Amino acid sequence: MSKRSIVPFGPQHPVLPEPIHLDLVLEDEKVVEAIPSIGFVHRGLEKLVEKKDFNEYVYVAERICGICSFMHGMGYCEAVENIMEVEIPPRAKYLRTIWCEMSRIHSHLLWLGLLADAFGFESLFMETWRMREKVLDMFEYSTGGRVIFSVNKIGGQRKDMDNDMIREFLGVFADMERSLKELVKTFLNNSAVNSRLRDVGFLTKQQAFDLGTVGPFMRSSGISRDTRKLGYAAYPNLEFEPITSEVGDCYARTDVRIREIFQSIDIIRQAAAKIPNGEVAVPVKGFPEGEYFMRVEQPRGEAIYYIKANGTKFLDRMRVRTPTFANLPGMLETLKGCQLADVPILILTIDPCISCTER
Amino acid sequence: MMKISKSPWLLHYDGSSCNGCDIEVLACLTPVYDVERFGVVNTGNPKHADILLITGGINRQNEAVVKQIYSQMPENKVVVAVGICACDGGIFKECYNILGGVDKVIPVDIYVPGCAARPEAIIDGVVKAIALLDRKRELKKRNAAALHKEA
Repeated sequence: MSKRSIVPFGPQHPVLPEPIHLDLVLEDEKVVEAIPSIGFVHRGLEKLVEKKDFNEYVYVAERICGICSFMHGMGYCEAVENIMEVEIPPRAKYLRTIWCEMSRIHSHLLWLGLLADAFGFESLFMETWRMREKVLDMFEYSTGGRVIFSVNKIGGQRKDMDNDMIREFLGVFADMERSLKELVKTFLNNSAVNSRLRDVGFLTKQQAFDLGTVGPFMRSSGISRDTRKLGYAAYPNLEFEPITSEVGDCYARTDVRIREIFQSIDIIRQAAAKIPNGEVAVPVKGFPEGEYFMRVEQPRGEAIYYIKANGTKFLDRMRVRTPTFANLPGMLETLKGCQLADVPILILTIDPCISCTER
Repeated sequence: MMKISKSPWLLHYDGSSCNGCDIEVLACLTPVYDVERFGVVNTGNPKHADILLITGGINRQNEAVVKQIYSQMPENKVVVAVGICACDGGIFKECYNILGGVDKVIPVDIYVPGCAARPEAIIDGVVKAIALLDRKRELKKRNAAALHKEA
């Protein structure tokens, strides 16, 4: 047996947009084990519920993570609404769905770009991110913000999109779909890209199940499960099926996410066809009392919000279980036995979001 | 716009930000905003960097990391705090694990507020950092010349 050596990876590392530290135990070039140490982004925002009242906390919830900021705000709001038994207007539900899917598209495009950067395909990275800017422009047009929107509130939405705006967005998405179809050919068919992604970092269906993975990481190992099917926002009225792949390597994860972008565009199209007119918010009175678990499908997988309220304006407890946290054991499993040079790609294919994980 | 004499290299470190400012920093480096037109190149190595962009506040775990990155950068460096969290802690100021803004541990030259800081604001900060970098270099040269004269 060759000698083992330990290579520290992170927290500041060129391929990592966010800080995480791994001690990689190597035998020559092969990774035998990866030991993570986290906490570089820990802020302790769950405890802020004791200092900010439950309406104000929506802003903090949105800042759990800047990429899925809309979904975090929505998850928190839906949980409190469920405790208070508030039924939000149907138009607000559809708006939530549209903004959710726009978040998913922008997040997946962001991830595709970072992946291209990780395997050194600079022009592909730039091309993907240019496409992502279109989604951000639409966000800015409809909400006023590029990454943090603050359009959620308990009882509905702060802003409405008028129907002309939605029609305009559909046009942009149609253009985007066309150019995206061209772009993803490089991801799926280019031989250089394929050689980096195919047969790297396998996770079997059983492993994915046992290690409790979520989201596209789980679906690309063949488990067909999507929290959107549980039916929050307007999802019960829309038709879609979880996108899966049976292979379970890095290529499958890329493929699943790419198909999810097209699925999201389709969901937006369905929602735009069905969106009813009317109010976007209802007035909410009183304080919440009780507890609730809310499950939301984020771009990275299922996020869980637990809220316990005591009938005052401050909540007792708020807990978030974010998708990356659930995916870390799966990631460590895929790292075992891989080449050192593949580590950045493997870490990226779970689409890690450290600031969610550490809150 | 002032004349730019050198192409500065930029290092980005995520303190404890929510990611919002980080993706805006990355957006600055990609098409539409593209700071490369000012000669700015993103690098991952502190020893190559002239400008340090930090997003997010300082907590107990990353305090040492930030100090170390700063000490590894060669002299004549500029630190830009991006986003309100990096400026003074922002919305997370009251969190138990947040010590405050970046200036609690290293000297900050330029503050870019905003939540999240807009790419235009970040570019403005970076362009100011380039000017400051030139001034620092000039000052050092003048001091060195004065010392030489005395000797």
